[in-house]
Amino acid sequence: MLDAAAPGRWTARLNLGLLLAPALLWLGALIVLPHVELGVLSFRERVGPRQYVPSLAQYRTFFTEPLYWHVFLRTAVMSVLATLMTLMLAFPIAWTIAKIARGRAGSLLFILCLIPFWVSETVRTLGWMILLRESGVLPALLAKLGLTAVPVELLYHDATIMVGLVYTSLLFMLIPLISSLESLDNSLIEAAYDLGAGGFAILRTIVIPHAAPGITAGCIIVFMLTLGNYLTPTLLGGKNSQWFTEQIYTQFITRFNWEQGAAFGFLLLALSTALVVTGLRLTGQRFGDVMRRS
Amino acid sequence: MSDNDLEAAAVSKRFSDHTAVDSLSFAVARGSFFSILGPSGCGKTTLLRMIAGFIAPDSGDIAIGGRSMRGVAPNRRPVNMVFQQLALFPMMSVGENVAFGLARRGVERAERTRRAAAMLERVGLAGAAQKRVDELSGGQRQRVAIARSLVLEPTLLLLDEPLGALDLKLREHMKIELKQLQAAFGTTFVYITHDQSEALVLSDHVGVMSQGRFEQLGTPQDLYYRPQTPFVAGFVGANNRIVGRVTRTDAGLAAAHASTGPVVEITTADGWTIRARSQGAMSVGDAVEAFVRPEVASLGRAPQELPGGQPSHAGDVQSVLFDGANSAVLLSERATRREFRIALPQTGQFSDLKPGESVAFSFEPERAVCFPARPGAAGQDA
Repeated sequence: MLDAAAPGRWTARLNLGLLLAPALLWLGALIVLPHVELGVLSFRERVGPRQYVPSLAQYRTFFTEPLYWHVFLRTAVMSVLATLMTLMLAFPIAWTIAKIARGRAGSLLFILCLIPFWVSETVRTLGWMILLRESGVLPALLAKLGLTAVPVELLYHDATIMVGLVYTSLLFMLIPLISSLESLDNSLIEAAYDLGAGGFAILRTIVIPHAAPGITAGCIIVFMLTLGNYLTPTLLGGKNSQWFTEQIYTQFITRFNWEQGAAFGFLLLALSTALVVTGLRLTGQRFGDVMRRS
Repeated sequence: MSDNDLEAAAVSKRFSDHTAVDSLSFAVARGSFFSILGPSGCGKTTLLRMIAGFIAPDSGDIAIGGRSMRGVAPNRRPVNMVFQQLALFPMMSVGENVAFGLARRGVERAERTRRAAAMLERVGLAGAAQKRVDELSGGQRQRVAIARSLVLEPTLLLLDEPLGALDLKLREHMKIELKQLQAAFGTTFVYITHDQSEALVLSDHVGVMSQGRFEQLGTPQDLYYRPQTPFVAGFVGANNRIVGRVTRTDAGLAAAHASTGPVVEITTADGWTIRARSQGAMSVGDAVEAFVRPEVASLGRAPQELPGGQPSHAGDVQSVLFDGANSAVLLSERATRREFRIALPQTGQFSDLKPGESVAFSFEPERAVCFPARPGAAGQDA
């Protein structure tokens, strides 16, 4: 009995190991190793040329320098806001694609949402700049319509950054939302309607509980993308953007202070982890369930 | 106030290419069990969805409890529906499912929990309130779906083939349970099904529906014993269908069989002659279709064994279809080789019948019925 079962089990384990190997290699070489290196970097301080000592100085700088604090919080708040706005915008679109325009029309609408993503993010963002800059299309149009006396600068505002972030994130919110809404049986909605529920009650008691894993998954993805976005805030926000990834970039590239940059990187990682965990706690969900069901 | 909980007046619904419901009028008396029986695609689901309010009729009016439902949304109608797939809310417990409608009406939490628990007890699910929906068996879910609707004390409960998803044994059981529940609650039930046995067993009245119209509306006994149209005769219960032309209509035939109605003689294209009660006026040469129920015919090993005074026919046993109380034998008529089904009596007299045996059979002409042939239906026998 044992003799017969053992080789089978070994083969199964070997197969599993081989299947997982690329993923494990990827994770190990490209994610874990650099982070270990960054971790080591962040906990040391340069005391002289090529002389380093272990220290918490990098983290201390972060907590004592108000600018860093300010940018850190601002990035967090704006990312949360951008995530919520993306959700508000994506939900009706996902509902239309999943429930109203089914079949061919649904796929067509989805492709329309997908097409902009064939263009690189840089080019798309530059497109926004052409539209919004002072000598651009939209300010000229507003001036011509008499809504503004002279063309106004629409770039370099917080609102501009928001627009760019929501636009960039929309697809990543749509995909999990559509798949979770498509799996909602229409007869559940009809049954709720039949039992006396109005539109808002159906949304609150049936649709949102059903789509919760999709909503959470979309929010996690969008939040992480937004928090770690560098290009959009930099291009659309200019000097005023004050995005935390910029601080990291500055430390690594401009100041050549890798120790400080590594510490900032870890702080950003801690921030995104903390906020995702808080979000899951607040909505009473588990990370594994969310990723499996959406 | 009328005594009808549901009144439909000339209700019609057209979809782009066909008429789903065609100027239908009927009434359902308070506290009765009404079934709409028809094959798939006959428009019964459209009709039910119009009563529930999910679809608006193109013309005509539906009144529930004496009040016109024109422009009244589903969530404001005194009607609740048990869906085909039940549509229990998987995100809620059994108790929350039952209390859902009460919550929408603004009933306080403690009160609705109490009423949901009481309703669950009435349907035999006491103490199941905390369970999850997927912990229940098929029959229990069925009862939760009914409880969820009945707790709102609707004027009308609509049921959309709710037994369709169950296996045969449970379906038989639930049929009885549904009838008992309806009797216990006294709520008016409107039930749609394509299963004639469900309709016959459960209903006080049945409307047989085909192509958007009622072919016949009556008690189950009416439909079974006195079908008004060939469709009803063919759809309700098993039937032998024989297509032919009228060859004799004289009064002597009726007298010979002491029948209440006129009896005509029918001859098929290949020359088999039978007699049947005619439904509607007929004259010689008319194309007709006749129906003979399997249990109406008597079987004998020799013509002498048959009851006297009936024209007897000869046949050969093709196959014996043993099915306990529903056993039957499939014969072929001697001269024409036409298939004819006869129910076997429960006496065990024919338990040793073998394929190939010669037998005689006969039936009372007034218990067979014939109709003018439908256009396009004159071809093969069913």
